[in-house]
Amino acid sequence: MIRSLPRSRAYDRSFTLFMVLYFLFLFAPLLVTCVLAFNNSDFPSLPWHGFTLDWFFSEGPKRVGIFADGENLRAIRTSFQTAVCVSILCVIVGVCAAFLFEQENFWGKELLYFLMLAPLVIPGVILGISLLLGANSIGVFFEDEFGLDLEIFRPSFWLVVFGQFSFITTFVTLVISARLRKFDRSLEEAALNLGAGPFEVIVHVTLPYLRSSIIAAGAVSFLMSFENFNTTLFLVGARPTLPINLYLQVRDGSTPVINAISLLLIVGTFLLALVNFFYNHNKNQMV
Amino acid sequence: MKRSGMFWIFITPVLLWLVLLIFLPHLDLLLLSFRGDASWTLDNYRNFFTEPIYWLTFVRTALYSIITTLLTLILALPVALYVTKIAKPGLRGFLMVLLMLPFWVSELVRIYGWMILLRESGVLNYFLQSLGLTNQPVEMLYNDATMIMGLVYTSMLFMVIPLVSVMDSLDNSLIEAACDLGASKICIWRTIIIPHCKPGIVSGSIVVFMLVLGNYLTPNLMGGKNSLWFTEQIYNQFIASFNWNQGAAFGFLLLVLSSAIIWLGLKLTGQRLGELSS
Repeated sequence: MIRSLPRSRAYDRSFTLFMVLYFLFLFAPLLVTCVLAFNNSDFPSLPWHGFTLDWFFSEGPKRVGIFADGENLRAIRTSFQTAVCVSILCVIVGVCAAFLFEQENFWGKELLYFLMLAPLVIPGVILGISLLLGANSIGVFFEDEFGLDLEIFRPSFWLVVFGQFSFITTFVTLVISARLRKFDRSLEEAALNLGAGPFEVIVHVTLPYLRSSIIAAGAVSFLMSFENFNTTLFLVGARPTLPINLYLQVRDGSTPVINAISLLLIVGTFLLALVNFFYNHNKNQMV
Repeated sequence: MKRSGMFWIFITPVLLWLVLLIFLPHLDLLLLSFRGDASWTLDNYRNFFTEPIYWLTFVRTALYSIITTLLTLILALPVALYVTKIAKPGLRGFLMVLLMLPFWVSELVRIYGWMILLRESGVLNYFLQSLGLTNQPVEMLYNDATMIMGLVYTSMLFMVIPLVSVMDSLDNSLIEAACDLGASKICIWRTIIIPHCKPGIVSGSIVVFMLVLGNYLTPNLMGGKNSLWFTEQIYNQFIASFNWNQGAAFGFLLLVLSSAIIWLGLKLTGQRLGELSS
């Protein structure tokens, strides 16, 4: 049954076979996507017509590769900008929240903590529509009361940023809190005794201790933001992010350009994930 | 540290975040779901119960989410057992990386991969035909079975990770003792492994259920026109019909359903919400 017990060879073999099939199930769609990005055909399907890099570098007019595809490049740039804004915001507020819930005591803490966890159990679609409705209500209010038509309250870049920020911060808070919980408070007391102010203590003592978890949380929030679909779907304005743009293309029929973009995404996320994993592995802490 | 000058610096952004982006928008969702054209009304909820297409979709989504959660659990149990108890300890780190890697990739890319594998002109059909197994291409996309498979695929990791962490803490000698005393494999699963893994099973199931219930991409792209997922109804009310009040009511109903199931799961096993995340 387990490795310390004698097992029949058939049991061992069938279990190994099961795991091989399981990994095939996990990786087959990604592998096929990547391979077909290089097929010299106008459709992302077999048969194999030979190797080509057209779907990356061709400038048209028949085939437009990803590096010449203005619309998709714009979407990638939008996603990057969104993810950078989201991860910076998330890390700043997440650090504040971690300090607040780990080190401070105040009236209503339980309730606030519950509210902080709520995004874990709110489906992304619901979060999206709530923010859309909320922003719209405020926008209407500003227009009626002050005659102001504010861009930020309509589906737009910043609404997407706030929408993603609203739930990713919960994950960041949990990651940083877990690290902060292991912190030895006597180090802070020592610094205070030696004449440091509370702000200096945090900057010179606590934040350096949290550094690895802040980097990990930043990387995770960048990825979560870059890939978010459900919440973004309802908040997106004139500048679609990459997942939204890809979705519209996939829905309306596909060309191998999508495979090329997917390949870049897969390689990019694998590298980021591996760096993140081994960085944490060396520190002997899992995130 | 006593409540220092830092307290206000910490709490201000957190309050802004939770009140402006979480509390108020959901309050607005609730209020708008009771609004008609000009006045307060229950019509939005009445529509839900009187139009069979709405509540049938709701029930269908809930049932399929439960089925998907169960299938994910059944598939994840042996995987977790293999990683923690059967594979060589040196392989463990490598296997974990391999298990997690696909889930870092955007859901859209993974679904797209399944689409080019399974569709009528897809890779699988090409192989089936060249092997002579079928003469005509078979459309494998756009049915409920494929959609459920896609949902299992996209949420697999959130079941595997908690199961691996609880199985890690299961003492091997319990299984060895049971085996020495002549227990069958089924008996060992039923009386030792499953009871020990209960906390992991519950937290994994809750997360998977919630993700599946709120999923939009997979039913939309793999289930096709007839997928009838409740999130699609919400999307249609908002974007296609522009009936925001009706959409708000649907959204609130979905939120109630997911909260109720999560609450039930936590109550039944005496866990707390905070433990889900760890």
